[in-house]
Amino acid sequence: MSTPAPASGVELAVNALSIRFGGLVAVEHMTFEVRHAEVLSLIGPNGAGKTSAFNAITGYLRASSGTITYRGQRLDGLRPNEIAALGVVRTFQKTSVFGGQSVLDNVLIGLHLRSRQTPAAIMLGLPYVKREERELRDAAHELLRFVGLDARAREQGAALPYGEQRLLEVAVALAASPKLLLLDEPVSGMNPVEKADFMKTLARIRKRNITVLLVEHDMRTVMGVSDRVVVLNQGRIIAHGPPDEIQRDPDVIRAYLGERYARAHG
Amino acid sequence: MRVVNFTHGELYAFGAYMMYLWVMRLHANFFVALLLAVALGVALGALIEFVLLRRLRTADIDTTMLVMIGAWIAMQNAEQLIWSGVALSINTPFPARPLQIGAVSIGWERLFVFVVAVGLIALTYYVINRTRLGKAMRATFQDRDTAMLMGIDVKRINTATFALGSGLAAAAGALLGPVFVVQPGMGDLASLKAFAIVILGGLGNIFGATIGGFVLAFIEELGAGYISSGFRDGMGFLVIILILIFRPTGLFAQKERIG
Amino acid sequence: MRRAATVAGLAMLVSVPLWLKSPYFLHVLIITGIFTTAAMSLNLLLGYTGQLSLGHVAFFGIGAYTSALMSLGFDLELTDTWKLVVEPKSTGVAFAAAVMVSALFGWLIGRLSFKVRGAYFVIVSVSFAEVVRLVALNWVDLTEGPMALNNIPPLSVWLPEIGNYRVLGKVPNYYLMLAVGAVSYVVIARLVHSRAGRAMTALRENEALATSVGVDVTRYLVLATIVSAATAGAAGAVYAHYVRIVDPDIFLFIYTVTMVIMVVTGGKGTLAGPIVGGVIFGIVPEILRDLAGPEVQWIIYGILMILIVYFLPQGIVPAVRNGLQRRREATDAGMEGITSTAAARDGGT
Repeated sequence: MSTPAPASGVELAVNALSIRFGGLVAVEHMTFEVRHAEVLSLIGPNGAGKTSAFNAITGYLRASSGTITYRGQRLDGLRPNEIAALGVVRTFQKTSVFGGQSVLDNVLIGLHLRSRQTPAAIMLGLPYVKREERELRDAAHELLRFVGLDARAREQGAALPYGEQRLLEVAVALAASPKLLLLDEPVSGMNPVEKADFMKTLARIRKRNITVLLVEHDMRTVMGVSDRVVVLNQGRIIAHGPPDEIQRDPDVIRAYLGERYARAHG
Repeated sequence: MRVVNFTHGELYAFGAYMMYLWVMRLHANFFVALLLAVALGVALGALIEFVLLRRLRTADIDTTMLVMIGAWIAMQNAEQLIWSGVALSINTPFPARPLQIGAVSIGWERLFVFVVAVGLIALTYYVINRTRLGKAMRATFQDRDTAMLMGIDVKRINTATFALGSGLAAAAGALLGPVFVVQPGMGDLASLKAFAIVILGGLGNIFGATIGGFVLAFIEELGAGYISSGFRDGMGFLVIILILIFRPTGLFAQKERIG
Repeated sequence: MRRAATVAGLAMLVSVPLWLKSPYFLHVLIITGIFTTAAMSLNLLLGYTGQLSLGHVAFFGIGAYTSALMSLGFDLELTDTWKLVVEPKSTGVAFAAAVMVSALFGWLIGRLSFKVRGAYFVIVSVSFAEVVRLVALNWVDLTEGPMALNNIPPLSVWLPEIGNYRVLGKVPNYYLMLAVGAVSYVVIARLVHSRAGRAMTALRENEALATSVGVDVTRYLVLATIVSAATAGAAGAVYAHYVRIVDPDIFLFIYTVTMVIMVVTGGKGTLAGPIVGGVIFGIVPEILRDLAGPEVQWIIYGILMILIVYFLPQGIVPAVRNGLQRRREATDAGMEGITSTAAARDGGT
């Protein structure tokens, strides 16, 4: 079902991606690649096209032109669940959990792809279903421990405080066994302590050999965790490279960090 | 308003029953009764909105739908209780002999109904598209929160919208009651067809709904002619189902952002 | 604890014909049971998947008609020259056919529901039921229209030692109803507590999130409608072979409404909900029968439904569960209070 790790080291290849909504251009001719086991951050001012790019990559939006390839397989035109089955999983910008379900059930839903149960087997009550349910529960608890939410397993998703809901989102996404994880503004709304904790969690995710594509506004987080950074402005890529290069790039500074910052540090 | 209004048919029946009450029992003038029936329909609609729907502003569509179903059951059975299930007829002041235009003969009542219906459609169109009230309604429909920010009293608009819709339903019932007969279940079929027409024309679109109405009637007659007259009512539904398969937002609706 | 309650409940249900001697009440129970099974199937759509399906009675009726037609045999003049003749089949075959044909229609509606959502789907599902009713009413060659299909043979069940046993009469049909209801419950419960059930709930709660972790929307919507339709069809077939007369009135919208009321007041999205709702709205009318006319009863139900939606929006079963939960927590807290004050008293100065 999923292709092996690429010899060339390129996981995701986005080529000349354009997204247009009627007359409005969200993304123009975007080309970049994400390499195996790296953390790549996509940054840019609001409206730069970051979430649109995410939506196109993960199948929630139809690109107007260009191609998106994951480990050699074309993603454009596939449905979101098919893309997830290939190992590309995303989180959402607005907090997205299954509010009416318990924290544990949230993760169990995330484990959907890991399960082998067929409807017929379920209805007939074949024994392997019960066995697999137990295994899935154990796996769910393990994931909750990974993000530090195991104590909350029985609570309702909607009842969690904001920061913990965001952690739950990550746990659910991880449950889907991603090889490429797309995080859409994962630390937005978090306080500094929560952000620091998140960076540690991200480090642990990296240890599992998962490639990460990140969209974020928080510069400290971005510069702290990223191997490479791609900067978008008004739908176009204006710079890319390691964090320290980006921080010194004058175009980036002007477009994103502001004239004053440029003058102060120029 | 995004309410699946199951009580709509009952307001249609209400209009018809009011006509019966004023004309046959209280011997009022036919046209006065008509106006009264509509006015009472508007009042009843406002009442329903106020009592039942206000509380449910934040609820999801299923909850509202279920409340409307409860109200529909209660109303229809109340009608049955009050008037009994016997089909009633209403006398009209029109001459019995139909009007002859060339080879076509048209009953006077039906002509009257047609004229008034066209008038009502025009009036509704005018209210919704040319008055401030209508503008407020359209704004609320498009974006409730912004409408509130603009100072529109959304609660009153909702009541007014619902009342207007109910008034029209009562008018329809009041007009058609004398043409057909009046019985408790009459609202159901009318309601179903109304839904079908709205889907056909696209939600929120008066022009579409009007066209939809004519299209449905046309299809029904064709179907009745070619298949069987018992299936006349089913014709429209079949077409609705087919249209929704290929164009889920109806024939005329603007592209609605789904999901 | 829960196991014991289930076993006790089942034992009680099985014992009913032994002490309930009134054939009339037995009849009420049978009809209630059949409708409750249909309500359970509706719950899978309405409660778990969140699909506003208001045409459910169509599947029930299709099951009834299919089983009746297959066991009676029918002939159709498809064109002037070609005639389709179907000999009467054994009731076992008829029953299986009923389940399969209902499932097929379920599949159709399931595929349709993917494209058409929310309020539109409500209208489509209602329209579908109406069309089916009109077909049953007007295609007299096939369905006898308003003259009804009658003399439907009772179901024959093969029992060990006895051989072919005709399920005729109230008591045997009661057990048949229990059997079909129990099997339906078990199948639905298994689905709900599995990957499939979680997928359906996920689709209802947050479809975008569900697809992002790999849940195939179409697949699970269709699965839900197929199982739901098949179960309703089975209930319909039991009904057909019990009352042994089927007419187009079986497709009336009011029956869908009854099922919806059962599910909603009992608690949609719970397994026990439709059963509680079914019992209330199946049995209460009978109790009220002498006290008030049918119109008054329906007025009461309408108002009752409104009240429940207002005050117990989740239904009766979740409300009771929450109430018990809160009392348990309060007792625990109370216990804590007692033990901690005791500890403070003993351990303090």
